[in-house]
Amino acid sequence: MSIFVDETTRVVYQGLTGSQGRFYGLLNRAYGTQVVAGTNPRKAGTDVEGIPIYGSVAEAVAATGANASAVFIPAPGVRDAVIEAAEGGVELIVVITEGVPAHDEAWFFNKLRRDFPQVRLIGPNCPGVISPGKANIGITAGHIAQPGGPVGIVSRSGTLTYQALYELKQQGIGVTTCVGIGGDPVPGTSFVDCLRAFQADPETRAVMLIGEIGGAAEEEAADYIAAEMTKPVVAYVAGVTAPPGKKMGHAGAIVSGGKGTAAAKIEALRNAGAKVGMNPTEAGELMVQVVANL
Amino acid sequence: MDLFEYQGKQFFARYGIPVSPGDLARTPEEAVAVAERLGYPVVVKAQVQVGGRGKAGGIKLAADAAETRAHAASILGMDIKGHRVEVLWIELASDIAAEYYASFTLDRLAKQHLGMLSSRGGVDIEQVAAEDPDAIARILVDPVDGLDEARCRDWVEAAGLDRAAVDGAVDILGKLYRAYVDGDADLVEINPLILTTDGVVRALDAKVSLDANAIFRHPDYKEYDATQVRDARERAAHEKGLQYVGLDGDVGVIANGAGLAMATVDIVHQVGGRPANFLDIGGGASADVMAGALEVITSDPNVRSILINIFGGITKGEEVANGIVAALARVRIEPPIVIRLDGTNADQGRDILRPHLSERLELAPTMIAAAKRAVALASAVAPAPGGSSTGEEDR
Repeated sequence: MSIFVDETTRVVYQGLTGSQGRFYGLLNRAYGTQVVAGTNPRKAGTDVEGIPIYGSVAEAVAATGANASAVFIPAPGVRDAVIEAAEGGVELIVVITEGVPAHDEAWFFNKLRRDFPQVRLIGPNCPGVISPGKANIGITAGHIAQPGGPVGIVSRSGTLTYQALYELKQQGIGVTTCVGIGGDPVPGTSFVDCLRAFQADPETRAVMLIGEIGGAAEEEAADYIAAEMTKPVVAYVAGVTAPPGKKMGHAGAIVSGGKGTAAAKIEALRNAGAKVGMNPTEAGELMVQVVANL
Repeated sequence: MDLFEYQGKQFFARYGIPVSPGDLARTPEEAVAVAERLGYPVVVKAQVQVGGRGKAGGIKLAADAAETRAHAASILGMDIKGHRVEVLWIELASDIAAEYYASFTLDRLAKQHLGMLSSRGGVDIEQVAAEDPDAIARILVDPVDGLDEARCRDWVEAAGLDRAAVDGAVDILGKLYRAYVDGDADLVEINPLILTTDGVVRALDAKVSLDANAIFRHPDYKEYDATQVRDARERAAHEKGLQYVGLDGDVGVIANGAGLAMATVDIVHQVGGRPANFLDIGGGASADVMAGALEVITSDPNVRSILINIFGGITKGEEVANGIVAALARVRIEPPIVIRLDGTNADQGRDILRPHLSERLELAPTMIAAAKRAVALASAVAPAPGGSSTGEEDR
């Protein structure tokens, strides 16, 4: 099994007629993803290499049975695009776009949580989600991921996600699903959401977690691992040696209360029972050991 | 984008938040001219984007023109925690009855806006938070609902401000929330928010950080971007659209993706080296981007070797390699370069690089091997300059 997406996921691409949307939409289709529709109110009735374009997500859902959306809309339009997708009736919204204002993210996260609790949002500013061999929604190069299991991956960083997929493939280790949750201040899906889904997925038997400095998402993940996870977790946190950023005002420091540094995150994850590599290669080697002992 | 106090106060004023009258000065003469216009006493305040300037002697009260001139002369040019004072803010002094603290920022765990208000302002608020967390009244605001006046009033009551300050504080906090949301700020902070002896509530300081991603809604924010404090290397990188953070080591680092760039900096440390920078060239690696990155790296005189760490995803190895080769033909590079290229079509990419290899340009099979080699090259005695660069060999 896999989490969030598989071969039955039917995806409408918002922004399929733009250069990025077209490039990755076609690449995702070539990978095997069911790319069933695109949207563009000014190009409704046309098609992109056989993929029909509709005026809205609601029309696309009605016509094609799409149950997921991929958002390749430029940042200023993302807030409206997310709400259009939720109102249109999809259950999963994957926002690849980077540069979305934090206030927009906070707004649509809370809007979805309240009015569309059944909708899962992944991103913004993420590489997307791939269940190798089944579906790839986003900008991950599908061929660097080995299908199967037993490892699930969740990551805040794009290129480190690819690095992890690649290192596991080199070792012949398959991946059930790899979720790039993105590094923005308000990610739609958190580490904990993914850990919970991997914990519930019978084919996922170990999880790789890739974090980075800032925020407290890794500490929150550590709390969940300690309390709920029975499956082994291997982690890497980027930015161990990053200098403390220029700090402006004190509100952020009070909110984080000492969290946010790589050292604090690593300690929290280790205390929760996760194995933590000090670089991506070491994390990969740790996962090889974990998989060998499953 | 962090604002200077004077920019923060201009930003506040736009949303109707009362601030003390004042103006900018870049010389002692200008300071006196502003003070004469305002009337005395005035406060002479260093404009630096760092906390603790009061303790460092960057804020002084002046009773007349002579004191204003003397304070301005001593504060201008002062170094406060590595920030040189170039500009002063001269404002009319306030008769302070009480000092409070107020801020809004995003609570990343709650994923809602967090307001903090304390009757114990004007001091190190982080210390207050650590020693007596109850002294800070917190409020979580759902961005969909916003902050209405009734809730705002309850919050002010909970913070225990002086009675005389309640109405003024409710008004200012409502405006501060509007400024925070409508202005797309990451942080708005007033410390101290004061009650004057004649019963007026006013922002005596302004710390504002704006979301650069929201510039499309606020074209005027470009002027704030222009006044961001950056060192020469950071400015050059910013102009080329590269994400660069200057560090103090001697191994230049170029990687694609922020996470990989951070991991590369980590590994250089772990193998005993000192990175000169963090530089993320983003997803692609075209000749233009690579040449720009190499130019920025080599503008740092401390750089003794360069580590290029690229993982090809959608961007294929041969495109990356062609980009590197073309960049090296355009930019003259003195320090030796070690390249680690992996991912999609990495073999083809390495084949493209191979004819260009020399003792100034090496390939390494893994991230760790590349880091070790780059660190070794940096710590070796630098070869005499004037040797042919790879670019020249190509011609």
